[in-house]
Amino acid sequence: MTTATLPEPVTTAAQTKAPATLWQIAWRQLRRNRMAMFCLAIIVFYAGVAAYAEWIYWSYRLRQQPPPYKAVEFENHFANPSRQHLLGTDALGRDVFLQVIQGTRVAFEVGILTSVVAIPIAVVLGAVAGYFGRKVDDAIVYVYTVFDSVPYLLFIFAVIIVFRGLLANTGGGQTLSRYFDPGVVAAALGIGLTTWVGLCRLIRGEYIKHRDRQYVLAARSLGASSLSIMFRHIFPNVMHLVIINFSLRFPGAILTEVVLSYLGVGVAGEPSWGLLISDAKIRLWQGHWYELGGATIAMFFIVLAFNLFGDALRDALDPKLRTADAKAA
Amino acid sequence: MLAYIIRRVLYMLPVVFGVALVTFVLFNVVGWDPASQMLGRHASKDEIEALRTQLGLNLPKWVNWEAARTQGWAHVFDSQWFMYCRQILTLDFGRSFASNQRISTLMFNGIVPSLALAVPIFFLEAIVAIVIALFAAYYRNTWFDRCVVVLCVIGMSVSYLVYILVGQYVFAYRLQWFPIWGFESVRYLILPVFVGLASGLGGEVRFYRTVMLDEMYQDYVRTAFSKGASRRVVLFKHVLKNAMIPVITHTVIAIPYLYTGNLLLETFFGIPGIGYLAVEAINSNDIPVIKATVMVGSILYVFASLVTDICYALVDPRIKLR
Repeated sequence: MTTATLPEPVTTAAQTKAPATLWQIAWRQLRRNRMAMFCLAIIVFYAGVAAYAEWIYWSYRLRQQPPPYKAVEFENHFANPSRQHLLGTDALGRDVFLQVIQGTRVAFEVGILTSVVAIPIAVVLGAVAGYFGRKVDDAIVYVYTVFDSVPYLLFIFAVIIVFRGLLANTGGGQTLSRYFDPGVVAAALGIGLTTWVGLCRLIRGEYIKHRDRQYVLAARSLGASSLSIMFRHIFPNVMHLVIINFSLRFPGAILTEVVLSYLGVGVAGEPSWGLLISDAKIRLWQGHWYELGGATIAMFFIVLAFNLFGDALRDALDPKLRTADAKAA
Repeated sequence: MLAYIIRRVLYMLPVVFGVALVTFVLFNVVGWDPASQMLGRHASKDEIEALRTQLGLNLPKWVNWEAARTQGWAHVFDSQWFMYCRQILTLDFGRSFASNQRISTLMFNGIVPSLALAVPIFFLEAIVAIVIALFAAYYRNTWFDRCVVVLCVIGMSVSYLVYILVGQYVFAYRLQWFPIWGFESVRYLILPVFVGLASGLGGEVRFYRTVMLDEMYQDYVRTAFSKGASRRVVLFKHVLKNAMIPVITHTVIAIPYLYTGNLLLETFFGIPGIGYLAVEAINSNDIPVIKATVMVGSILYVFASLVTDICYALVDPRIKLR
């Protein structure tokens, strides 16, 4: 794979579309990878389910009706799987299968919101540090060293506790929680604010490499501002790192959200896979495994698909980061 | 060497300072009033005011100019920030809100159970993962290697909760091989240790396998084999030694997490460690305890990265001690 190297010497301000060839090459390579395509199909399927669940959620919410997944049939609680309730019902007689579907929505919301929080921080700080260097770089490296030194899960707890207080007690927080589930927002903020360091480090490294390249020099001599060089000229060349990071961050965010919700600091009030597993704990001991099985299997396939697809994407998009596996294959 | 260590220790200080600043800003500046958050919605004004005084929240945030003017310059440090700094320096974080015990005592009592759980997991995991990874890398692209890779990815994709729930259900509840909950003898630790080991193994093996695979393609491996060295010698003497740098980074950086133990394992199996303490603190909105665990955890992490750097220098003579 020698063709996938960046064509930077010919890239000038007029040809910022040049990286498109990289995407084409990567796509061709991905398409040949049957495993990756299968995983992509799974991801698309889950995204469809999440969109469907989102539609259900909003359509009932806007009409201010209780959604079907929250419909309580108390006389029918702890029912076994049947044609009516594919995975049985929970302690309040709510349908477990519908809750698993809604869990997909919550997982996707957390996964996407986490990236919305983390990726801009990482890209801006990494770009500024790498491009300007010197004192700015020192300062930003110091900041991310500090953030990196706080134990991950405890830091998330701390951020969540603080934001839970803010969301419940301030005007802005209350407006925000009218549109988003406060648990989802708090979990996404917690995970996002603690996981931007890795990407920031990568981006900074790439910007240090790119800032002295000829195309940057050319852009600068044509009078491009620092801002435009950083984000219009260099950024397309490091874009692939962001995409790889997104697809590898997603499963991590889902797994963390489940743990947080289980511990009672994540999502509450909306069905999340973590809450389902937490409920299923008691039922498992009574010998019923459908609830646990449903949530676990739903979670397993999306995390597996993202893990495998992310790896394939990395091998396709970033030949320099290729694992020894890809070299051997 | 000594000069290097001293310089690294001095470099630690600003990072610890930074972490203190971040936690302070998070809780005391950004955060909603901790006193009313801890007491909940139905607390009276007097109660909140009393707790605020107890936590020192009535003091100014950064610098107390007011007191300095009226009571002398030394009172300029009577502020929330300097109080927090004093707490960190003396490692005395006041009292827990939920149990009114000293936080330092609570954390100190939690260390032994946490370590009793985390240390065996740490060592077993490193040893087992490295051995499996070495063989997988040696037999690369055979059915053995493929199975290992597939199992690793599958293992990584199952939620940690499921390992614990199923492990506890099958081995403690169904088969009754181990006690379910508590911390009284070594028998109580066996199951959590194995659950922890099983849940972490996938990611670890995958990581080490990549490291080992990179080494396997090096020339020295071919040379060693062609001079007639046995497989055991090549794998465990040559490859392992050369792969030591990433291995050390990966293991030493995990050491501070030993102290939080395994939050979930501790809560599920009733092991009264620091992770258990942290989870309890979250459930009761016990902000002083959370602040203390975050801070102590960060200090330990910074220490561990110091140890990592010193280990690098010990393992790899090429690294210059500057």
